Amino acid sequence: MSKYYVNKFLFTVDRDPELLKRYAEDPKNFVATWEQSIGPKLLGNDVEASSVHAFTAAERKALVDHDYVALFEMGAHFFLNLTLFIGIYDEPYLKEKGPLSFQREFAAKLQHWRGKDYPSVET
Amino acid sequence: MAKLVATLASTHHPFYLKATTMPPEQQMPEAPVWKQKVEAYRETLAEAKPDILVMVGSDHFHQIFLDNCPQFLIGKAERYDATFYNEEREFGIPKYVLEGDEDMSRFMHQHLMDQNFDFAFSNELKIDHSIICPIITVRPQNDLPVVPIYTNIFAPPLHTPKRFYDLGRAIRKAIDDYPSDKRIAAIGTGHLSLELGGPRQFMETGPDPVFDRNAIEWLRNGDIEAILENVTHESMTQSGNATQGFLNFILMLGVAGPEGADYVDNLDLFHTMEAYFTWYPKEAAA
Repeated sequence: MSKYYVNKFLFTVDRDPELLKRYAEDPKNFVATWEQSIGPKLLGNDVEASSVHAFTAAERKALVDHDYVALFEMGAHFFLNLTLFIGIYDEPYLKEKGPLSFQREFAAKLQHWRGKDYPSVET
Repeated sequence: MAKLVATLASTHHPFYLKATTMPPEQQMPEAPVWKQKVEAYRETLAEAKPDILVMVGSDHFHQIFLDNCPQFLIGKAERYDATFYNEEREFGIPKYVLEGDEDMSRFMHQHLMDQNFDFAFSNELKIDHSIICPIITVRPQNDLPVVPIYTNIFAPPLHTPKRFYDLGRAIRKAIDDYPSDKRIAAIGTGHLSLELGGPRQFMETGPDPVFDRNAIEWLRNGDIEAILENVTHESMTQSGNATQGFLNFILMLGVAGPEGADYVDNLDLFHTMEAYFTWYPKEAAA
């Protein structure tokens, strides 16, 4: 399991409009591309590779499925997990169901965590 | 020596600008009163006539990430660009360029190191909404140089509440010792109870209204003892998964010193309690 690598995915995609678009439109192929050519790069350095981290099958599936509930439960950082999926879903939800409807649905799907200790985001 | 003329501590709600500048018929019902409160708060800074702003915030994984994550960091640059693409996208916050004050940054960095705070530094720091939100709210003309300080409130393990308070005390000492005739205001932002990306996000109130009311009273009274008795990482987490933003309020109380605030206001908004505090140093007010 690599919470760090999941967070690295969320971080690198959230900050780049082109990557975000690709992840929104074709998550399966984009996650594969990310694992091949984006994830292994040391951040801020196109030359140097890092060989330390890899996704588990469950992490890969959660990312491919845009499954923010599974990502929360794996301990992905709450801010990155929220902001990336707001970037993908806020606008279509806004048009269809009104302001904050995506954010409220996100919360509703996590209600089983109310009153419990959330999975740690410590990496 | 430089003079601290005001200490401001407030929440930073990234939607303030968008919420108060969209066409009135589309605005949320609270927008006019929110704007009034922010503009009244802005006056508390203007009255102090500052020359330089020492600004305390926390990067939200915009420039800083888990590959290299400092607990405390000071910016040392002649200018700072601000607002990242994903903040424009999500919050509608425009780009800014803030003037820096390298001389004061350099002095503060050394002084804080000499006080045993091992600060990281950055000569190329892009500022995020934790510092731009207070520019928008309390200094929208963006006409003053800044010394930015970032704290880690986000990527555990985090320093203790006591350490944040002590850092505030150390920042105050560094400001007081700065060999300059400049008037300094210290401005820091954070949160009261807050949940992001969890089951209690975007409710009608913040996730823990009881904590919010207590926190406002503690800060109003400058009651650091009550804060240190009641606020732990465990208690903050129970109040909402992003409540550790309150650590920056504790830091700012350290800058002000354990004194009652001169200005206190708050606003119960959807999903957060907004709060605005200003302290004037007692010798400066005389």
